[in-house]
Amino acid sequence: MIAEAGHYALVLALALALIQSTVPIAGARWGDHALMNVARSTALAQLLFVGASFTALTMLHVVSDFSVVNVFENSHSAKPLLYKITGVWGNHEGSMLLWVLILALFGGLVAAFGNNLPLSLRAHVLAVQGWIAGAFYLFILVTSNPFQRIASPPIEGRDLNPVLQDIGLAVHPPMLYLGYVGFSISFSFAVAALIEGRIDAAWARWVRPWTLMAWIFLTLGIAMGSYWAYYELGWGGWWFWDPVENASLMPWLAGTALLHSAVVMEKRNALKVWTILLSILTFSLSLLGTFLVRSGVLTSVHAFATDPARGVFILLILCLFIGGSLSLYAWRASTLKQGGLFAPISREGALVLNNLFLTSACATVFIGTLYPLALEVLTGDKISVGAPFFNLTFGPLFVPLLLAVPFGPLLAWKRGDLFGAAQRLTAAGVVGLVAIAVLFAWTHGGATLAPLAIGLAVFVIAGAITDLAERIGLFRVPFTSAIARARGLPRATWGTVFAHAGMGVALIGIVCETTWNSEYIGTMKPNDVATVAGYQLKLDEITQRQGPNFREMIAQFTVRDGETLQVMTPSKRNFTTRGSSTTEAALLTRGASQLYISLGDTNADGAIAVRIYHKPLVLLIWWGPVLMAFGGLLSLSDRRLRVGAPKPAKAARALQPAE
Amino acid sequence: MTLWFVFALMTVAAIFAVLWPLSRSSSAKGGGSETAVYKDQLAEIDRDVAAGLIGVAEAEAARVEIGRRLLAAAEGERDLPSGANLGLRRASAILALIGLPIAAVTFYLSLGSPRLGDFPLASRVRTADANQPIENMVAQVEAHLEKNPTDGRGWTVLAPVLARLGRFDDAVRAYRNAINYAGDSAERRSDLGEVLAGAAGGVVTAEAKAEFERAVAQNADEPKANYFLGLAAEQDGRQADAAAIWQGMLAKAPADAPWRPLLQSALARVGAPAAPAVSGDAMAAAKDMNEDDRNAMIRGMVDRLATRLKQNGDDVEGWLRLVRAYMVMGERDKAVSTLTEARQAVGSDAERLRQLNDGLKKLGLDG
Repeated sequence: MIAEAGHYALVLALALALIQSTVPIAGARWGDHALMNVARSTALAQLLFVGASFTALTMLHVVSDFSVVNVFENSHSAKPLLYKITGVWGNHEGSMLLWVLILALFGGLVAAFGNNLPLSLRAHVLAVQGWIAGAFYLFILVTSNPFQRIASPPIEGRDLNPVLQDIGLAVHPPMLYLGYVGFSISFSFAVAALIEGRIDAAWARWVRPWTLMAWIFLTLGIAMGSYWAYYELGWGGWWFWDPVENASLMPWLAGTALLHSAVVMEKRNALKVWTILLSILTFSLSLLGTFLVRSGVLTSVHAFATDPARGVFILLILCLFIGGSLSLYAWRASTLKQGGLFAPISREGALVLNNLFLTSACATVFIGTLYPLALEVLTGDKISVGAPFFNLTFGPLFVPLLLAVPFGPLLAWKRGDLFGAAQRLTAAGVVGLVAIAVLFAWTHGGATLAPLAIGLAVFVIAGAITDLAERIGLFRVPFTSAIARARGLPRATWGTVFAHAGMGVALIGIVCETTWNSEYIGTMKPNDVATVAGYQLKLDEITQRQGPNFREMIAQFTVRDGETLQVMTPSKRNFTTRGSSTTEAALLTRGASQLYISLGDTNADGAIAVRIYHKPLVLLIWWGPVLMAFGGLLSLSDRRLRVGAPKPAKAARALQPAE
Repeated sequence: MTLWFVFALMTVAAIFAVLWPLSRSSSAKGGGSETAVYKDQLAEIDRDVAAGLIGVAEAEAARVEIGRRLLAAAEGERDLPSGANLGLRRASAILALIGLPIAAVTFYLSLGSPRLGDFPLASRVRTADANQPIENMVAQVEAHLEKNPTDGRGWTVLAPVLARLGRFDDAVRAYRNAINYAGDSAERRSDLGEVLAGAAGGVVTAEAKAEFERAVAQNADEPKANYFLGLAAEQDGRQADAAAIWQGMLAKAPADAPWRPLLQSALARVGAPAAPAVSGDAMAAAKDMNEDDRNAMIRGMVDRLATRLKQNGDDVEGWLRLVRAYMVMGERDKAVSTLTEARQAVGSDAERLRQLNDGLKKLGLDG
């Protein structure tokens, strides 16, 4: 009954989505409030039903009901409970169900907290959400139904892909989906504005928080995925320019641009048409990511199963929504009023520059990702566009962007003073140059560019701090009053500081890891000692252990650094059901640096292949994005500029704009 | 049933979600306003000027700009069209009331399997009565026995399951292994004979018969072996021998033996009366008699039984036989009076009384 009830709930959600996508539009067209309000209750009911459907699937996984194909193919009765639950979205059908659940969640949030939206705008936004939701419900029910049954259920399932049996699966996909799908809100707002033919500063103020929320989740989701790949795949790599990674990076770049252009639009009522276009592009890139990952075009750990019908269906959805929204844009954009003039050297101008670089970077990633695919389809040639291409294109675009980052917040709105800003940034520049000089003196080996890149990163961080110091008048006013000013500073300003500094922090990590990484690769027998970056690692013993659904070979290393003693236990797990194995790397964190051991195959004579890496400051790569997300969160929590709601107590929590 | 009830509830909830806003009057104000945002922006410019983020002249220009928009927005808000469109509302209500359930149910029925219940693993392991899981478990046990072929207990457990699944050849091997490793016994021999017969399509072959004879050699009262020996006789065309064997079993059988009905129907098949039990000689004699004589003989036997029971009333089976005989002879009054007598005779023993009542129920006499 659970399975069938979940199935029926999903069908009802589809029916409600169809009503939600038509009735409110008619209501808005003829100005009928009751019809427009249908959008609200159907969006909430839809959330209820998709939630029920998702809960049903989770329960089926937990009780190992193998009469459901999805459970049979992706679960195993011996799996620990956590992986039974995370396994719900560790497969194609379940992950699509999570996708629509999050879509319904955002729709429900707009419905529940959108009290202060103009009624017709809300009706249009929710109707567009209804279109997207309807298309994806149909996709799930027709081509990837998670509730398909087997009349005579087998006694044991086929188990989840061992690589996915990790805590990462509990965090990475939901985060990423919250990001991807979160951009559907700004997309719906953009399309709604185009349908209404009306857009104003208020619109940007309502869109900002949604974009910001999606951006925070996407940032964390990408960072988490990168860290997961780092420790699970056993190669110590954290970014491979893999098409699947690029598929998540593209919406992030476009979303970051959107976030900044929305500031201009909200504050200065300029860049309207561009912001609308960015909203459409960002969500289109999210859809493209879904297509790339889910259609089976790419082979990777993310492409669970390949089925041509699915690919064609998603491609249809993709063409319908991207093509439709862009046509609507071409048709209606000219009716939108332009506003807000500004000089080239101004805060607005700086944000335009930011947008230019970010979208160009996004375009290079787009080409690097899709060109090989297109070439393969057209000519059958397989080419691989890897790190060299991206380093040569993406890198040069990001250097000027990062150089410009500290200037932006120091420029005034409408007309800024570049020279003044430069003067105020002198200290930051000096700090950056000193960093470069010190690094050249201290380090030897590695790329010449590395110290320069770190100098740039230091400049970005120092620039963010300068901005803060300028605002609170540090060193100009007494220290206590500076502290008081810092307290009074809008949280959005703090958000900017943290997010920009996070960029610098991540850059330091990236440069250090790629430049001064040291490694030892070889075979070791018990009592052998390897030396890496001043650490002596002695292989003590190799033992076997039986896990819940795997057999594990554990190697125990004693790490010595002078007299300090630590034990590291990397292992290799063998999953009998799938007949595959995973490497569980052992990590030893020292400050922001890490020692990394992963095991290879065993030789006939009992020796084992071992890869040991020392990765200096590698953790900064992920601390940076966490800082950025924290900045975003600060900005989101800024209630200062709340849209004037009739009743302050009921003010929408999700509708605080950010700076 | 519960499932359809849940479906109905869910459908009602979905319909309600659409109808509810339609039923409410459209007095509600049209959501938030743009003017509030512009007022906020004006206040923000003052703050920015105080913080030195915007020049004084620029701030003035910005104020003018925002003020213009504020006026436009305030004007636009006044002439917002609004009104109830009853026709559209009715159409939407009909869409929700009729279209939604029909679409949902049709779509679901083409995809779902409403007749399939849940199969959570925990309950399947406990009851293990479905067909598929047994085969899976059998496979597991077989895999185990492959590695430990001398596990007599395993073979003993597996063999009857294989027999029930119709895998007679495997069952034969399993019983032979069970006899080898878990010890010989009359039951196992007769079970082996049974699956041998099963493998031969129900024919009691010489091989099967040999097993039954070995079983009877160990335990002369082994019912299954005796039954199959009777069956063998029947299949050989020796109806009388078969009847004799089965009647002998019935005579010796306890009252609650579950295989009684089987024997009775087998006896009916070979044309011998199941009760009252008469010896082969009496039967042979009865064959040659005419109708009256035969009736007299039967009546004599019944009277003898009645007399015996009057002296010793403990024999529940005897009482039942007597009642049945009266019923067969069409003397219902006597049957009822015998019943009362039987009750009195047995009354002191609760267990016997229960047996009696059960038997009477089977005869169609209300106990």
